Amino acid sequence: MLAHMLPDGRRLRLHDGPIDLIIGADGTSDEICKAYGAATRRFTTILDELCSELPNLRESQGPEPTGSVACRMWQAVLPYREERFITPMAAVAGAVAEEILGCMTETARLDRAYVNNGGDIALHLAGNAALKIGLIDRCDRPSLFATTVISAQHPCRGVATSGRGGRSFSLGIADAVTVLAVGAAEADAAATIVANDVDLPGHPGILRRPACDLQPDSDLRTLPVTVSVKSLEIGEVEEALDRGLRSATSLAARGLILAAALHLQGQTRCVGATNAKPQVASG
Amino acid sequence: MSTDERPIRCDACPVMCYIKPGMAGACDRYANENGTLIRVDPHVLLDRTIAEGGELVPFLEEQDWDGSQHRVPRTFVTAIGAGTTYPDYKPAPFIVSAEVDGVDTVTVVTEGIFSYCGAKVKIDTDRHVGPECAPVRAQGEQIGHVTTAEYGSQMLSLGGVRHLTGGSKKEGRVTCDTLLQLCNGKPVELTIDGGADLVVEAGNAPIVNGVPEERMRVGCGSATIGMFAKQWHGLVDEVVVVDDHITGVLSEHQAGKVLGVPDTGIKIRGHRSTPGRYFRVAEPGTGWGGTNLSDPLTILKPFDPKEAWSGLRMFMVSTTGEHYAYYELDESLAPVEKELPPALRQSVERIHENCEPALCTVLFMGGAGGSLRAGVTENPVRLTWSVREAQARVTCGGAPVYVWPGGGITFMVDVTRVPANAFGYVPTPALVAPIEFTMRREDYAGLGGHMHEVKPLETVLSSGRKLHLGSPAASPWPPASPAKKLS
Repeated sequence: MLAHMLPDGRRLRLHDGPIDLIIGADGTSDEICKAYGAATRRFTTILDELCSELPNLRESQGPEPTGSVACRMWQAVLPYREERFITPMAAVAGAVAEEILGCMTETARLDRAYVNNGGDIALHLAGNAALKIGLIDRCDRPSLFATTVISAQHPCRGVATSGRGGRSFSLGIADAVTVLAVGAAEADAAATIVANDVDLPGHPGILRRPACDLQPDSDLRTLPVTVSVKSLEIGEVEEALDRGLRSATSLAARGLILAAALHLQGQTRCVGATNAKPQVASG
Repeated sequence: MSTDERPIRCDACPVMCYIKPGMAGACDRYANENGTLIRVDPHVLLDRTIAEGGELVPFLEEQDWDGSQHRVPRTFVTAIGAGTTYPDYKPAPFIVSAEVDGVDTVTVVTEGIFSYCGAKVKIDTDRHVGPECAPVRAQGEQIGHVTTAEYGSQMLSLGGVRHLTGGSKKEGRVTCDTLLQLCNGKPVELTIDGGADLVVEAGNAPIVNGVPEERMRVGCGSATIGMFAKQWHGLVDEVVVVDDHITGVLSEHQAGKVLGVPDTGIKIRGHRSTPGRYFRVAEPGTGWGGTNLSDPLTILKPFDPKEAWSGLRMFMVSTTGEHYAYYELDESLAPVEKELPPALRQSVERIHENCEPALCTVLFMGGAGGSLRAGVTENPVRLTWSVREAQARVTCGGAPVYVWPGGGITFMVDVTRVPANAFGYVPTPALVAPIEFTMRREDYAGLGGHMHEVKPLETVLSSGRKLHLGSPAASPWPPASPAKKLS
């Protein structure tokens, strides 16, 4: 495990195995210090806790786990698990972010804080605080295509992005789906669902392989995960985005998400009429 | 299943991923390379993302390296993954001091963002890939053009600021992406207006219209005559080496004259240059010797009956030996194709043997601009001067570069000598390439260097994020020839 301040002297980085957090907090320096201390202490055991329940967390219909992060993961995918294949692993990044942020805000009085776990972000916003977030279209080639400002008045406290080219597999073809939800674990699970639904089933230009062929211990087992996507016709991009849009709209109607931005081959669709709706960045 | 094909169990963290060969674990930091667990550089992506958000790129980590076993010292820090300071003027992410041969040297390491950059591509083939100046396209977008041909090779000039930022958004994106693929040694598909479809991959054979090119020609048609005249002498009466550039004819060529080869009455269509050397015997193409010929006899006019004789033996061959045919003249002095005599077959094999493998070679060319230089020194032009005066040695990912004379620091590097995947991009669009400046510590101070930012090599080695590579093949060890002090 690695814990240190970034050279700007403001942000904390916590790293253990596949977990890599960048943490920021605003408040008095005493409070920030307390918060960072709490985050670091809590972080020490997180990976071990998760790994102790890993086989169960890789199951789609497993029993409720015992660890607090694992429970956040399990809860976050619960709304979906009757209707489709999803495992708690879909929410692992968001759940870790949420857990760390939770212990920071319990310990210290902060105006604003965020825990960014590889793009899945848990937020704390008090008073008039706001946070500006940049959206990237492809995780492997970051380029900002939109920014969104989340204010304390907005209920959003979690932002997550899912899609191809990131660290986890996707069943769909979205370059990126960014979801705003009330919590980071919920956002993480929903982003996975919507990114899976941005798809063109049976399209010959999409290469898929069983997840276990690529990663023997993947929780997705033999499900076909997307390996590559050829350049699509405009109409095909629209069709795939429309599928994702229907999925996102239905999640929004069920109250599972607040907003979503779907991105595929240069086109973007947004769901959720809030002041946090992504706007195309200039330049 | 051999050992190399089995997944390995990564023990770097409690997740204990099974990792297949060529794949990375859940963390994207450890990977299985042919059965060996290696650490891959994880933070380039993160840093670039943050840089896009306009924040200072974090790089140097303070202490607390997790003490794992991957702590193998090396003494040259490349800029790959170093991050970049663009567009600000802050000191380069790494300014490292080390002692080389008793000389205290400083290496300034940064990843440059090159809006002014491109690739010069040499394609070893005589086949016609397209007319000079013809647009070269990737995914339908023009990303460059065919430029003047070189010896046994077709040349492409790709990228450049006009295609990167001067055209449509898509043109810029496709240009950037294609350059990135090329520079990282990946194959790219290119089409040339009025020419061929190409697959170009640095260090590999070009594929022209679906056919992999095997050999580079042994020489032009005339040179081939000169090289093999002695071996053909006595076996055959006439040899024609068909070449789109210079077709050679043994009996008329100086080499034939020296050997006393008698005139044969052969008549070649095309433009005679000097005796035995002909230009433009046919149109350029993908047939014999880079011409459009499938039947080489079409370049011949009827033999002169005053000199030719029935039974005259004629051998026609291309400059790579890929195409060849053997003829004898009949009663009417018309060539009739016959089976190639074994002795001549040997000479075809000899031509083959003397042809080098055809390759695509890619030189990245970029210019180090103002902000990059500002990351090195407070007085940017002095860096240019110091490179000029050979006080500062420039390398690209540790690979040697050629620095163009004239203004600026415009350099070229063979992408195959730069460690794998060293190039990146930003959505400007522009390429990100590593660049290092190495010089004596006193010279660095003299040119207004950021002396307070100089870190001892040990500090850099003990920071968490690094990937150790051997020096790329054929590259001199970067600091081995530290900049000379000229004054």
